[in-house]
Amino acid sequence: MLFKLIIRNAFRHKLRSLLTILGVAIAILAFGLLRTLVGLWYLGVEQSSATRLVTRNAISLVFPLPISYKDRIRQIEGVKLISYGNWFGGIYINEKNFFPNFAVEPQSYLELYPEFVLTPEQKNAFIHDQRGAVAGRKLAEKYGWKVGDTITLKGTIFPGQWTFVLRGIYRGAQKNTDETQFFFNWKYLNETMKRTVPRRADQAGFYMIGVQKPELAAQVAQAVDATFKNSLAETLTETERAFQLGFVSMTEAILIAIEIVSYVVIVIIMVVAANTMAMTARERIAEYATMKTLGFGARHIAGVIFGESVVIALIGGVIGIILTFPAAHGIQEQLSQFFPVFHVSSMTVYLDLAASLGVGITASIFPAWRGATIPIADGLRRIG
Amino acid sequence: MRSEAAEGRTVIVSIEGLSKSYRRGNQIIPVLQDVSFTIAEGEFLALMGPSGSGKSTLLNLIAGIDKVDTGSILVGGADITSLSEAELASWRAIHVGFIFQFYNLMPVLTAFENVELPLLLTGLGRKERREHVEMVLNVVGLADRMDHYPSQLSGGQQQRVAIARAIVTDPEILVADEPTGDLDRASAEDVLTLMDNLVHEFGKTIIMVTHDPRAAEKAHLIRHLEKGFLSQ
Repeated sequence: MLFKLIIRNAFRHKLRSLLTILGVAIAILAFGLLRTLVGLWYLGVEQSSATRLVTRNAISLVFPLPISYKDRIRQIEGVKLISYGNWFGGIYINEKNFFPNFAVEPQSYLELYPEFVLTPEQKNAFIHDQRGAVAGRKLAEKYGWKVGDTITLKGTIFPGQWTFVLRGIYRGAQKNTDETQFFFNWKYLNETMKRTVPRRADQAGFYMIGVQKPELAAQVAQAVDATFKNSLAETLTETERAFQLGFVSMTEAILIAIEIVSYVVIVIIMVVAANTMAMTARERIAEYATMKTLGFGARHIAGVIFGESVVIALIGGVIGIILTFPAAHGIQEQLSQFFPVFHVSSMTVYLDLAASLGVGITASIFPAWRGATIPIADGLRRIG
Repeated sequence: MRSEAAEGRTVIVSIEGLSKSYRRGNQIIPVLQDVSFTIAEGEFLALMGPSGSGKSTLLNLIAGIDKVDTGSILVGGADITSLSEAELASWRAIHVGFIFQFYNLMPVLTAFENVELPLLLTGLGRKERREHVEMVLNVVGLADRMDHYPSQLSGGQQQRVAIARAIVTDPEILVADEPTGDLDRASAEDVLTLMDNLVHEFGKTIIMVTHDPRAAEKAHLIRHLEKGFLSQ
């Protein structure tokens, strides 16, 4: 019965309630999209494996390492697998068509990254074709590539026109696996460098190391760096997670700004909802006084006001959450070069629900206190 | 005065040395001063007086919705001036029914639901609540309007719903603040007749504040308040 009263009170002023619900829905939509964006920043970190290490030049990522390091690293105790590659930075047709592209040693790289799923035939074709390349499913769909197509990238770090044959289209093993990357055979890059710029040949931009078990990661990283200490190209080895966090920290200011904006959105809607609830409670103060006269206590009155506010906020929140999914899909469709994955995680949905609940509760604190504590005689005077 | 009021019947309300004042800024305004009287069980008492004489304040104090400054109010032998807010709320739910000038019904609840509202505090099951509500709506002659919202009822009908709500928990005392103040002559007459029936047929004690001499005529006893003093 009191629940009935709460629900009917919530929709007593239909326009006011609908506008408040709409406001909460838009705020939760914005909050959800901004949280998804923040989550995206950490996508690489989330996808990183505890058994993978990244070794790069200790001075900077832009300086390469000799390919001869590969064999020495392989000798280190605890190393299970080693692969290597270079950030290629090629452009497809024009700069607007950005997607990450790497030259990698195909066999070992695919072993290290089982989340990039290829059919055995495609995998085999990629490994054995020096001009072979594989692309993620979303990337291939975006440009309409099919296996067997010839794809040309314009080199920036490695100048020239580079032509590849698409040997496979990988799918992500998980929902949030990046399916917008492009990998080609490192041998093609190296052989070309040998012919055109020999001083840049036989160099890897990074090594990816697979360790036997996560507990060995720190020990192996130390051992790798110790091996190349005082050499011409000292190394810096860190876990894949730390490596990815390094990228995140480069753009931390943007990330913090987005996070602040996401919370500001919620605070704004809290203030708007609080204003609505304050107006509502002020109008109904005589009704609350009447209920108190009948014997209802302060907790009943507070409960009715809290309930009404929470119902409105939760309806708005649920609508906002429902809208977040098509909105995220639309963003991914339109901006896939910037957001390879724009997946609304379950954590974001929980945060949205918590934010809606927070809006509902916070907005009703003052009105509930006022309704619960107003002297009955004062409340009854507000009639007529 | 007590014996005159009681006429051998049990005293249900006993007021002794009651004073009440309000503060407005730095000014203290006395509203009731040293008021003492008794009300017998089954009495229909009208409190009359000019505006600002303190009659509504007195009614609120007897009903336990305001606090006295000094003095005592015994209702059914219990001193309600010593009860806390929470205790008073529980006490009101059991012992007092309220009838207001403007009915004070919940506009989003039907007549049935408005009458059912006080029963939510009694612990009765849904079926028992329904039986109680249907019975009192029959008593006030609105059994056929139980699904109507207050806005779909006339003023007189709304006041009858309010009376049904006041009696549904079977309280000993009904307090009515200008119950006919917002009604036309015919509706007022119906409401007063209904209140009279509640006294005669159901043994309720009614304390009614009114400006209307014709309403007061229905009462067994009329008491006048002037500037916070009981004049007769």
